Amino acid sequence: MDLKDWFASRQKRRDTLVVKQPLTTEEYCALWTSCFQCRELIYTRDLRANNHVCPKCQFHFRIGANQRIEQLLDTDSFVEIDRALTSADPLEFKDTDTYVNRLAEAKRKSGLNEAIICGTGTIDGQKLALAVMEFGHFGGSMGSVVGEKVTRTVELALEEKLPVVIISSSGGARMQEGILSLMQMAKTSSALQELHKQGLLYISILTEPTFGGVTASFAMLGDIIIAEPGARIGFAGQRVIEQTIRQKLPADFQTAEYLMKHGQVDLVVERGKLRDMLAKLLTSHSPNKNQTKHPVENQKTASSRR
Amino acid sequence: MPAPEKKPAPLEFEAPLLALSGQIETLEKQLADNPNPDLDEDVRRLKEQYNHLRQTLYTNLRPLDHLAIARHPQRPYSRDYFGRWDPNWIELHGDRKGADDPAMVGGLMQLDGMDIMVVGTQKGRALRDKQQCNFGMPQPEGYRKALRLFRHADKFGFPIVTLIDTPGAYPGMTAEEHNQSEAIALNLREMAGLTVPVISVITGEGGSGGALAIGVANRILMLEHSVYSVISPEGCASILWRSADKVSQACQAMKMTAREIKALKVCDEVIGEPLGGAHHNFDLAADNLKKALARHLKDLVKLSKEEVRQDRYNKFRQIGVVA
Ligand SMILES: [Zn+2]
Repeated sequence: MDLKDWFASRQKRRDTLVVKQPLTTEEYCALWTSCFQCRELIYTRDLRANNHVCPKCQFHFRIGANQRIEQLLDTDSFVEIDRALTSADPLEFKDTDTYVNRLAEAKRKSGLNEAIICGTGTIDGQKLALAVMEFGHFGGSMGSVVGEKVTRTVELALEEKLPVVIISSSGGARMQEGILSLMQMAKTSSALQELHKQGLLYISILTEPTFGGVTASFAMLGDIIIAEPGARIGFAGQRVIEQTIRQKLPADFQTAEYLMKHGQVDLVVERGKLRDMLAKLLTSHSPNKNQTKHPVENQKTASSRR
Repeated sequence: MPAPEKKPAPLEFEAPLLALSGQIETLEKQLADNPNPDLDEDVRRLKEQYNHLRQTLYTNLRPLDHLAIARHPQRPYSRDYFGRWDPNWIELHGDRKGADDPAMVGGLMQLDGMDIMVVGTQKGRALRDKQQCNFGMPQPEGYRKALRLFRHADKFGFPIVTLIDTPGAYPGMTAEEHNQSEAIALNLREMAGLTVPVISVITGEGGSGGALAIGVANRILMLEHSVYSVISPEGCASILWRSADKVSQACQAMKMTAREIKALKVCDEVIGEPLGGAHHNFDLAADNLKKALARHLKDLVKLSKEEVRQDRYNKFRQIGVVA
């Protein structure tokens, strides 16, 4: 499956990093970051200033949910909902370790209660409901809580007649909650059916990596679907596909660009330009569109209000 | 499609039964050659023992055994049920976009006096047939065909029955290129909006998103030995245990048997199977299921269009456990 692929490739990357990096102190490591793609050593501060995109090769580093919210929303406009909602262990699941222990470990590592942050905020003054997945928490997997939070976010949008933006990053459904995880695909999609019926806008943003049950539910249901450059997005993991068809896959298989070529996403947008793109789309889909004489000017005034 | 009239092939856990029935057969053969009233009694007792063993064996199955029955190559598939419910059912073909996936079959029929739409996954029986059906793993085109039939049913007011027996959606290169994810996702969303009653039955394996894609229903029924899971136990074992031989543990941990899925409030009713599994008696299995479907359909057709939709929304809205 996809998660496994991801771990394998991460391990590979790590191994090469260890070999390539000159022996240095920890401080030195924190100061400099080596690009996963072009190996360029980048001053970490510069990388941060560039939205964690390599200035040389445009490789998009994976970033956390909080960073995304900071990048996209107007300062201090975010109001989080259901922050405290956390996973139970309905199956009393145990593999080589218990689900309870794995949950505690995920919380410790990510500093979050679950693999998604939800709420409302504004982009250039335009209010929206927002859900941002956190791959760093349990591989961004969807269990009951992620499903519930996405559903509540959509329901909130329905109540307040808001557009919805969901930023996905997930290995798929969370196996430790079994069938309940699978059913979250139906639950979230049912909520989006209501949104669709009410004519409210849903923009889905796919980031590295988006797979399995998340892709096959809310992530692919956007009225507009935007992918980040280089992000890997798919249903089945590459290893599973290779084993099934016994054939090598093209190098760019399941990348954002590949999906674009196959008509699956509307846009591939660089991280630095995402906020402006969202602002534009929200404006053009706003309920009072075509009622003002100069929509372009309007938009400018809106962005200067930042 | 005719049922295999062959004797059901035994499964691994049925070995003790097989040994006993072998003994009985040998004894009976001996007795036929030179009758011995003393041994008649032994045979009678052995047969009693056999029936007792059979009864206890099938009521104390491990999750892995249910899985083996659910995957039994002689298990009845969608076409076997459809043909028994209405020998004159009208199969409808194609997604209208360039393909007719044999792994997804559907059409119109009369079930217990009601005109309904049936849609189901199809595994295929002979090897060629199996290959054509991709072993019951639909392509995106299969899900789009199902969606077309759902929309037809919605337009003309046919209640929908779906039968699910699939390892999952087909994981292939063209399947990805043709957007397997979107095909599944769209079915989930559109099924949620249907204004006719939908009943889904897990008849064998309910494998992940590829099963759910025709399973957003007002009622979810499961055959006694069927299983329903978020990932195949093989996949789960190899990811979480990093070992392909932990399938038994994965089966147990995921709580995927019909009774467990009912306890988790996802399945609404477990439908009994002929002793040993549906493959022992196609007619009885089909009849049991038909009766249950008719019963649920009669309840659901009383609801208004809006109530049907709301009923389905509520069903899924409640699923999940959070703290
Ligand atoms: Zn680079």
